[in-house]
Amino acid sequence: MKKMNRVASAVMAVAMAFSLAGCSGGAMSEVSGSSASAETESKTSESGSEQASTPESSGDTIKVGILHSLSGTMAISETSVKDAELLAIKEINEAGGVLGKQLEPVVEDGASDNATFKEKAEKLLLNDKVATVFGCWTSASRKAVLPTFESNNGLLWYPVQYEGMESSPNIFYVGAAPNQQIVPAIEYMSENYGKKVFLLGSDYVFPRTANEIVKKQAEALGMEVVGEEYTPMGHTDYTTIISKIQQAQPDFIFNTLNGDSNVAFFKQYKDAGLTPDQIQTLSVSIAEEEVAGIGASYLEGHLTAWNYYETTDTPENEKFVEAYKAEYGEDRVTDDPIEAGYDAVYLWAKAVEKAGSIDVDKVKEAAGGIEFSAPEGTITIDGDNQHMYKPVRIGKINADGLIDEVWSTDEAVKPDPYLSTYEWASGLSTQ
Amino acid sequence: MKPRPAMKIKGTTILVLLIFLFLGTLPFYMPMFRVSLFGKYMCFAIVALGLDMIWGYTGILSLGHGVYFGLGAYCMAMYLKLEASGGALPDFMQWTGMSALPTFWKPFVNPVFAIAMAILVPMALAILIGYLTFLNKIRGVYFSILSQAMAMIMSTLLIGSQAYTGGSNGLTDFKTIFGKSINSPITKIQMFYATLIALVLIYGVCRFLTGRRVGRVLIAIRDGENRAGFAGYNTASYKVFVYALSAVIAGIAGALYVGQVGIISPNEVGITPSVEMIIWVAIGGKGTLAGPILGALAVNGFKTIASENFPELWSYFIGVLFVVVILWLPGGFVSLKEVPGRIRHVIEVRKNEKPRETENFVSEEKQSRAH
Amino acid sequence: MELFLMQLFNGISVSSILLLAALGLAITFGLMGVINMAHGEFIMIGAYTAYVVQNFFKKYLPASVFDSYCIVAILLSFLVAGFCGLILEKLIIRKLYGRAADSLLVTWGISLILQQGARSIFGSPNVGVEAPSFLENSLKISGMLALPYKRLFILLIAVICLLGVYALMFKTRQGRNIRAVMQNRNMAASLGVNTSRVDASTFAIGSGLAGLAGCALTWIGAIGPTLGTNYIVDTFMTVVVGGAGSIIGSVFGAGFIGVGETAFEFMTTASMGKVLIFVCVIILLQFRPKGIFAVHTRSLED
Repeated sequence: MKKMNRVASAVMAVAMAFSLAGCSGGAMSEVSGSSASAETESKTSESGSEQASTPESSGDTIKVGILHSLSGTMAISETSVKDAELLAIKEINEAGGVLGKQLEPVVEDGASDNATFKEKAEKLLLNDKVATVFGCWTSASRKAVLPTFESNNGLLWYPVQYEGMESSPNIFYVGAAPNQQIVPAIEYMSENYGKKVFLLGSDYVFPRTANEIVKKQAEALGMEVVGEEYTPMGHTDYTTIISKIQQAQPDFIFNTLNGDSNVAFFKQYKDAGLTPDQIQTLSVSIAEEEVAGIGASYLEGHLTAWNYYETTDTPENEKFVEAYKAEYGEDRVTDDPIEAGYDAVYLWAKAVEKAGSIDVDKVKEAAGGIEFSAPEGTITIDGDNQHMYKPVRIGKINADGLIDEVWSTDEAVKPDPYLSTYEWASGLSTQ
Repeated sequence: MKPRPAMKIKGTTILVLLIFLFLGTLPFYMPMFRVSLFGKYMCFAIVALGLDMIWGYTGILSLGHGVYFGLGAYCMAMYLKLEASGGALPDFMQWTGMSALPTFWKPFVNPVFAIAMAILVPMALAILIGYLTFLNKIRGVYFSILSQAMAMIMSTLLIGSQAYTGGSNGLTDFKTIFGKSINSPITKIQMFYATLIALVLIYGVCRFLTGRRVGRVLIAIRDGENRAGFAGYNTASYKVFVYALSAVIAGIAGALYVGQVGIISPNEVGITPSVEMIIWVAIGGKGTLAGPILGALAVNGFKTIASENFPELWSYFIGVLFVVVILWLPGGFVSLKEVPGRIRHVIEVRKNEKPRETENFVSEEKQSRAH
Repeated sequence: MELFLMQLFNGISVSSILLLAALGLAITFGLMGVINMAHGEFIMIGAYTAYVVQNFFKKYLPASVFDSYCIVAILLSFLVAGFCGLILEKLIIRKLYGRAADSLLVTWGISLILQQGARSIFGSPNVGVEAPSFLENSLKISGMLALPYKRLFILLIAVICLLGVYALMFKTRQGRNIRAVMQNRNMAASLGVNTSRVDASTFAIGSGLAGLAGCALTWIGAIGPTLGTNYIVDTFMTVVVGGAGSIIGSVFGAGFIGVGETAFEFMTTASMGKVLIFVCVIILLQFRPKGIFAVHTRSLED
């Protein structure tokens, strides 16, 4: 009996050791190697880069990581971004790869959980030694992996609009900074719909931080915030919130709800007899894919703010939409984060070609000023903060579930993650 | 409950020693990244030990231990966050519009205070909740669901008070611990061994307790609380004690977790992680001290391997693992050695009689009760 | 005043949704003692059934009969979820009676499998279900006081289901058998009741009710693989507050939580509303450790 026990545990231990050990050399060897330089570890980029980013010699392929939630609550949005990134990788490979080498995607599941994101980021950087990672959606997941990318000198391409106030040297932000989405949207709404705004969001970091920005801006524009409500993720009943909205009588609702909550809110909004003609809404987290999940009939006439729509009229977009549908099915739609994920892969590939190397520091240096004719129009990497110059578009959801552009900027807007060019935003950050 | 033969205790002890040996030598042949992963699993093993004390030994199923784990972790994380910001306003407070450090954050600059709080806060809450609920005779599933409500409250509160807790992002981006870089290999190895030592010590404490009269009273409460009460034991105070003990253990695990993993967020506090903790204990084998340690390491190891190799399908494997083990191996992995005997028993029973379906059911149920 | 009435209606409506979602759990958990963490996934199965039925009507039948899809969807979602429940009971759950904690862990595993299954079949993104057009409007009473037909319809379904369960339990032979088995399995068995058959059909009915709830929820909420997780905690609270084992207790549980949560939410915020109502649940349990309507059932004794 005892033997069985010992055998079982021994087998287990050996199996785990084999499957997890991966490369040779125990952790102890790392300690002896770097204990001398332990004092200078606070800026680990030097020692880190030596350890982490020398995968060039590894044959005919370059490994790139893809890190999104494929299970859990965020999978509803993130799986499509993963699909777009894989599509771009496939296209690049068909066109001959990068630096003459084929890209080999390593897909990991962040499982909608911050700690898992961090674990998988470490795995991609340290175990697979990927050249770069495309991934994350929520701010929480990005914040979770940020220290990992900084201490190991990795490279992350983040495809989603976000709340700003961040500019990590190891992250390229392909989605909109607040001045490329939220700020112009509020300006547009206050000019066209009125001065009374109701802020509604899911209870997490992006809505709360975005609304801090909106409140400052509203003050500067002479607007009045008549209500501010946050609902827990997965909240299913909006009748009480809708009562509060009716009581407050805003000119428009600035909506930062996320995921499932949008479905419940808009279905119940319509049930309450409210239409966009009475109280308009402007959403920053509803794109074409979310529209399909809510039902176009509930959203027709409501507004969104993004940098890209499936209907955006560029030749590049025509090609992109066609390729995406051919790859994943006619019933699939493209939207802003999907397109940004697609762009990210191309931008990285261009930077690598320009640098002539996949070394992170060289790629970063080469990236500034790189232009890409993206489906949304030409986007350019701003070398100072690693965000993108992007056009801004306000759109109205139509009966087919697509979004028609009603307003756009004439040219790509310079990214300003800390809103440093806006006087009213001075209290928001110390940088 | 059958009395445990001395031989069995010895077998599981050997198993534990082998696990400790395995963990202790890990850094010599596994890369740093995997070592840190095992550091994380060890924190889970510590929580599982504490949970086993109240579930496996005392029969109280808590679905809210993420709360105590989280409290310990957040206390430690507040210290780490303040050390990263040099005692000034942490980054997330700036962008949520705070202008000064909240008073309750201030003492956490001191690491000794933070560690003390990581132990005392879970203990205080557990004593309060335990005292109320056990004195009011809330038992069985009612307690389980109540503890689930606590986990829900805790995670909602953490998310809702972003200015004080970092909201859904949680607390992350730490730079140093006790003045040393948190990312340097040497610190990581030190933290790994600190966790291993904590695991061994807590195992020792649990072993000491379960070997004494306290342990037997706890088992008596599990197998028949009323009878234990009639025998003159104040069952409520025993339950409060063991509940607080397991909360403290969870708090310590949380504090160790933050140092190694570098992040704590409401994700790790809510209902899902709390149920997962129970699963580790069940899969390893509840009611033994080797079980929870083995379960936490094995389940998490399996999860990592499965999700790395099948990022889109691993949920199936995990789900099937839970179902299969609990259905066919109710004693968990530590009862693996009983399997050949059980198969023999089943074959014999099948040979000797062909019971009617209803009778079969009754006997099955009796068997399961006896477990 | 108008606002108060509107909020009262909202509270009742939330309660009716909770009741509908929890009714199946009141049977599988309350009566049978299975801590069924996969209950939410049966709701999801019902919701996806409604989605499939809707798509079938859209594609193959003339637009004029589209609205009648909801009748088919209601029936089918009950049957499909019930059938899934039946299979699950036959394969797995029957081994778990009397092992409450184990049933929790096994059904947790099952819920993971079912969620991933939904993802594999229908894809990860949410899918849309259109409500039948006759439910789209609201009954305008005055100004702000408008009662959406959907909500009234769901209220009606909840009441019908409640009456149906009541009639089943107390007016039919099947119901007598169920109660007999749940109260004293051995006694019922020795009196000739086929307990395993009763167990299977009871679990199937409970799962079917969850599926039906899922169908109704498609009109007001999201339909996606993780739909069930949004409801699972609330439904457990509902059953426990009322007193597991008592159907009427679940009605009170739903009322308590539904009206309470909307009231708290109106006075404070949605997050605080949730926190406060759960705090109330914890406090309430201190005074009624076995729920408002404590019932002596054997299945939950330990």
